[in-house]
Amino acid sequence: MYRLGIDVGGTNTDAVIMQGRNVLSGVKASTTEDVTSGVREAMEAAISKADIDRSKITTVMIGTTHFTNAVIERRHVNPVAAIRLGLPATACLPPMVDWPDDLREAVGGHGYLVRGGYEFDGRELAALDLEEIDRIADDINAKRIGAVAITSVFGPINAQMEEEARKRLLTKCPDIPVVLSSEIGRIGLLERESAAVMNASLLQLSARTVEAFAEALKSAGLHCPFFITQNDGTLMGAETVKRFPVLTFASGPTNSMRGAAFLTGVRDGIVVDIGGTTTDIGSLQHGFPRQAATVVDIGGVRTNFRMPDVFSIGLGGGSLVRQSGDRVTVGPQSVGYRITREARVFGGDTLTTTDIAVARGEAEVGDRARVADLDPALLEAARTEMTSMLERAIERTRLSPDPVPVIAVGGGSILMPEQIGDLKVMRPENFAVANAVGAAIAQISGEVDRIFSLEKGLTREICLKQAEDEAREKAIRSGAVAETIETIEREDVPLAYLPGNATRIHVKVVGEMGGHDA
Amino acid sequence: MTSFSVNADDMDAIALGGAFLGTGGGGDPYIGKLMAKQVIASHGPVTVISADELPDDALCIPVCMMGAPTVMVEKLPNGEEAREALSQLETFLGRKADALICIEAGGLNSTIPYAVAAATGLPLVDGDGMGRAFPELQMVTLTIHGISATPMVLADDKGNSSVINAISNRWTERLARCQTVEMGGAALVALYPMSGAEVKRGILHGTMSLIKEIGETMAAERKASRNPAAALLKRLDGKRLFTGRVVDIDRRTVGGFARGKALFKGIDEDEGRSFTVEFQNEFLVCRDDDGLLAVTPDLICALDADGGLPVTTEQLRYGLAVNMIGLACDPQWSTPEGLELVGPRYFGYEHDYVPLNQMSR
Repeated sequence: MYRLGIDVGGTNTDAVIMQGRNVLSGVKASTTEDVTSGVREAMEAAISKADIDRSKITTVMIGTTHFTNAVIERRHVNPVAAIRLGLPATACLPPMVDWPDDLREAVGGHGYLVRGGYEFDGRELAALDLEEIDRIADDINAKRIGAVAITSVFGPINAQMEEEARKRLLTKCPDIPVVLSSEIGRIGLLERESAAVMNASLLQLSARTVEAFAEALKSAGLHCPFFITQNDGTLMGAETVKRFPVLTFASGPTNSMRGAAFLTGVRDGIVVDIGGTTTDIGSLQHGFPRQAATVVDIGGVRTNFRMPDVFSIGLGGGSLVRQSGDRVTVGPQSVGYRITREARVFGGDTLTTTDIAVARGEAEVGDRARVADLDPALLEAARTEMTSMLERAIERTRLSPDPVPVIAVGGGSILMPEQIGDLKVMRPENFAVANAVGAAIAQISGEVDRIFSLEKGLTREICLKQAEDEAREKAIRSGAVAETIETIEREDVPLAYLPGNATRIHVKVVGEMGGHDA
Repeated sequence: MTSFSVNADDMDAIALGGAFLGTGGGGDPYIGKLMAKQVIASHGPVTVISADELPDDALCIPVCMMGAPTVMVEKLPNGEEAREALSQLETFLGRKADALICIEAGGLNSTIPYAVAAATGLPLVDGDGMGRAFPELQMVTLTIHGISATPMVLADDKGNSSVINAISNRWTERLARCQTVEMGGAALVALYPMSGAEVKRGILHGTMSLIKEIGETMAAERKASRNPAAALLKRLDGKRLFTGRVVDIDRRTVGGFARGKALFKGIDEDEGRSFTVEFQNEFLVCRDDDGLLAVTPDLICALDADGGLPVTTEQLRYGLAVNMIGLACDPQWSTPEGLELVGPRYFGYEHDYVPLNQMSR
């Protein structure tokens, strides 16, 4: 029984074969424009390197930054009808009001306001105006808009109106895909609505991409189910990602951090992912990446996705090393993917951080003879600068004076010294493909984020318990094994300025996916 | 200070400055900023005038949001509520307003009045009633000067409105607070109708220009990749309280307000020390191991030590690193009358106010 983990990044597509907790093989290939051929190449190489019977691969897990890149580059996004149920409130700020103009134009800028929605305590703000939904349906048909996003005020506490609106819309637009905001995000109307609209605009791309993944697997003779990793390092089924591509937006850094945790067995520590141009540093708490507190910007749009709190610096394996007088500087400029041509050890003329590591005997790549002439004082100064850049960034991310381990992953992690300040550096085997490992070990989650009213005998503890039970049920419905479920987030924020003891509770649980033993 | 004009782009700086003076509370000014930008784009810029330019018999009316900012980020206003509240109050008084004013120079309410000013074409007075954010409506210097909060009008997104007449500003707070809950958790209000003479006597002057300047300083420092803390300390003659990381946070709801206490471990130059900050919507008391460092009504402002942006009490979470900055409050707040309204004892703390500059450390 084997698992195949694949990570489709902007530059590289990595694949690993795992058996239980063992990584049998890990390979890197280039990402291709059609996605499929890069996936196929990485996958075939991993299978042949592990030398296994491919019919015994039971699950495939894929991590991808494809949808994030589509939004950032404004490519492959389709027009959407953004319908908001919130009149008589909310009119002052229509859908997509805070988007960059080019992205709003790319999705057509079709915003509709309809009477409906709820108050914070669940009362109706206004009755849903179904006739207006009919008029919008006519407009959608006339303008041939291909997807719809419906957002109701306080939809996360009651999704009924969003569902009613969808049902009504489908009577006139029978085949149109409809995204409901309540299925996507939490409290915060503009952010949730924007996520729903972005999601709807990516539906065609996600259908194509998921088909491409399926095709690549099928053509390789793999007939097992496959899953895609989401922002928090947990899995969703292929059918789910077709409907919710936005949930993959931060899966890249998440997978590399989760992979690092897995490869080392560390649950609390600091992960340093060194690539060609930048280094991403994040914190692991209970085996999961610590999440960012503030709103996260995707392609210029404010969203309220929970994303890993990652701090980046301009240091990578291809960073330029320059000397001016007594001073040696490192980065932020980098030769990037051209490293295999331009770095000194690979026959080029550019002095990079990789050359320094090779010259000092800290890494073995390329031809060491080509850097034998470098001045030892320069080597020493460059090493000191690289170490102090890493040290400063790690101190910033560190949560406590406890001596937590530092885990170095990514292709550029040969730059990492053995010790950084008072912290010991771990360099797991297969460090270069940690992100594909992160995909291969992803779990199933369930989440609840809602405002509870602590009245009529309801205590904070009862409400937290209620939320936790709901989250567990959600996880089990998505395929988690009940016995493995644990709570990873559990917080309540009393709502300021409101008597009646309203409190916002957020609970998230995770569990192992049924059918394997990760 | 003479009058100045505020255009849509200026609202970014105003929202930043407003979040900073919000001292952790008052709600994220983002929604108010977007509202103001929209209205300014269609109606033209807002003129901010010095209170000295108001005739003594002018009618000046503060407008603001009352209720839970957490509700307002989900149920956005329709944009007419504040003008409705204003026009109902004008009808009740039988007179049109000559100028608008902010009730608090922090949080959401430092941006919303710009939207109303742009929509009505009325000038906004350079000043406010708090010089920061506070949680209750009687907590304004106007109360010290015997200016009544009523007649007050509340208006909601559904078209409901009501007029309150109360015997004291604390009574106004009690009556209005219940109504905002029934109206759906947040309402837009017009209150404290004042003459030009009362404005000159009762408000804190120049706070709108101060907010804009703070925001511009923050934006410039962040653009230059510097944390704004040092520049702000210098410009505002502030006191560096500490730099630390949240290691524990305890929140509970008391009487409809988010009270809590955050424990910090010092980092950088404060390595080895520990700190606590207590809050009730806003940051109110800051201590280290040996005692008080800053206490309400002096301002306790938090900046994210990494990104340099203002941090609200709701954003505080385990592991977040912040720079805490103390600012002296307006002298009106440190009078016995001021302290009765917003001093530590009003908020339930068992100690007296000690001005920032008299703290031993």
